[in-house]
Amino acid sequence: MTAPVVRLRGVTFGYGPGRPALDGVDFEVSDGDYVAVIGPNGGGKTTLLKVILGLRTPWSGTVEVFGGPPAAARGRIGYVPQWSGASLDFPATALDVVMMGLPPKTGGRAARAIALDRMADMGIAGLAGIHAGSLSGGQRQKVYVARALAGAPDLLLLDEPAASVDPAGQGGLYELLARLNEKVTIVLVTHDVGAVSGQVRSIACLNSEMVSHGGTLDTEALWKAYGCPVDLVSHGTPHRVLEAGAHGGCGHA
Amino acid sequence: MPEALLRFEFLQHAVLAILLGSVACGLIGGLLFVNRLSSLSGGISHAVFGGLGLSLLAGIPPLAGASAASIIAALLLGFISARARSRSEAAIAAVWSIGMSLGLIFVSLAPGYRGDLMGYLFGSVLAVPAADLVLTGAVDAAALAFVLLFYRRILCVSFDPEYGATRGIGAGALYTAFLCLTGLSVVVLMRSVGLVMVIALLTIPAASARLLTHRLPVMMALACCFSAVSGLAGLYASWELDLPAGACIVLASAALFGCISAGRALSSRRNRGGLPAGPRP
Repeated sequence: MTAPVVRLRGVTFGYGPGRPALDGVDFEVSDGDYVAVIGPNGGGKTTLLKVILGLRTPWSGTVEVFGGPPAAARGRIGYVPQWSGASLDFPATALDVVMMGLPPKTGGRAARAIALDRMADMGIAGLAGIHAGSLSGGQRQKVYVARALAGAPDLLLLDEPAASVDPAGQGGLYELLARLNEKVTIVLVTHDVGAVSGQVRSIACLNSEMVSHGGTLDTEALWKAYGCPVDLVSHGTPHRVLEAGAHGGCGHA
Repeated sequence: MPEALLRFEFLQHAVLAILLGSVACGLIGGLLFVNRLSSLSGGISHAVFGGLGLSLLAGIPPLAGASAASIIAALLLGFISARARSRSEAAIAAVWSIGMSLGLIFVSLAPGYRGDLMGYLFGSVLAVPAADLVLTGAVDAAALAFVLLFYRRILCVSFDPEYGATRGIGAGALYTAFLCLTGLSVVVLMRSVGLVMVIALLTIPAASARLLTHRLPVMMALACCFSAVSGLAGLYASWELDLPAGACIVLASAALFGCISAGRALSSRRNRGGLPAGPRP
């Protein structure tokens, strides 16, 4: 039996004393899995990815990626952040940004060719010479996905990659991820479970602690994770709030 | 001026100092600009005054004291910025004023009249010795090697440091090397425009270049060119009008920035069909 690609045991981490963003989280991702991680805002989804990446060191618990510490696996991980810390004024083209996903030692011409191929996969080859800061939110998100794919990762971590992408683009993105999943293990943080429910192999509900993780979505676990009754609808369709009142602001996943 | 250039060695040194200094201005100034660290060069340059004062008091070569102070200030500011980025502006202001204060106290304690101090503060490009040119060339070579060898890593961590960390790019070592080069660039540029105005040479040419390109390597190359052109124009104006060279160089650089900004504004206006800024009807 092969070791899991990602294994978290009792991981606790927070950004301030006494209020952990992750509280004793156990989480395993098997080779070839495609996991959607869902949960409310502030539920620790982005933090979970950063712990897997080794960007945050847990207060307690252990993290293994490909059987070792996260830092040793960085060359095998592709990452699409929810928000990039990059300034829109930074002088870099979309092609420059995609090339950042390649190992620094990859030769200039080879790096350019690979980056252009990944951009073509995402349908954005025409944006190669465009200033990255002048791209729309959706175009920029596709550039970040192409950057994550440039290094031919074995594990792909995506933090709401379709948040700014239009419905047609979202469909294309999810189809691409489904194709990639034939070779790559994927962990996808999303609020849009309706859109990905037909694609992913398992769903994890996270709200500081791992509420549930399995092949099917347990509605009770979902309600528990979000702290209120919710219904699964795809973004772009009308929300259906099951119970209003005390649960203001909560309605769909 | 052309005849004088052939006759006077000090003028040849001045031209060489400007041309060599423009390489550091373009490369290091470009990286400071895109990393939004231009004020850091101001903090370092004023801290250098403390090192200069101490070297005068202790009787050691001023360049040695200035270089040591610049690297200590750069590393101190880098350490604080890395641990509390939100407080880096306050740290820069503190290092800036503490460096000047220490420098003034050391100079007042040093024996004798120090007329050359004005040259360090406000520039004395017409009095650059050959040894300073060698040091400037060495700093240029180090800056060029740094950029060429680590360009992709530098681009990645400058664009998004956290993403760089996910790729295993050690921003710490790159940042430390960059800060040391910034400190040494300040030292070699202080002869041209003085410690008080060196921040201008590390900022304005890069800002001018940024108006014309959205690619970092092109921006750095253009910044080198703009720095050289404004340096030579400032030197010419200084020679012909008998004005301080450092101030003329900074003003020439600012004038070039103004011309490029105006050209950009006119070009944008023309592209919009002569309409003022705003959406087309």
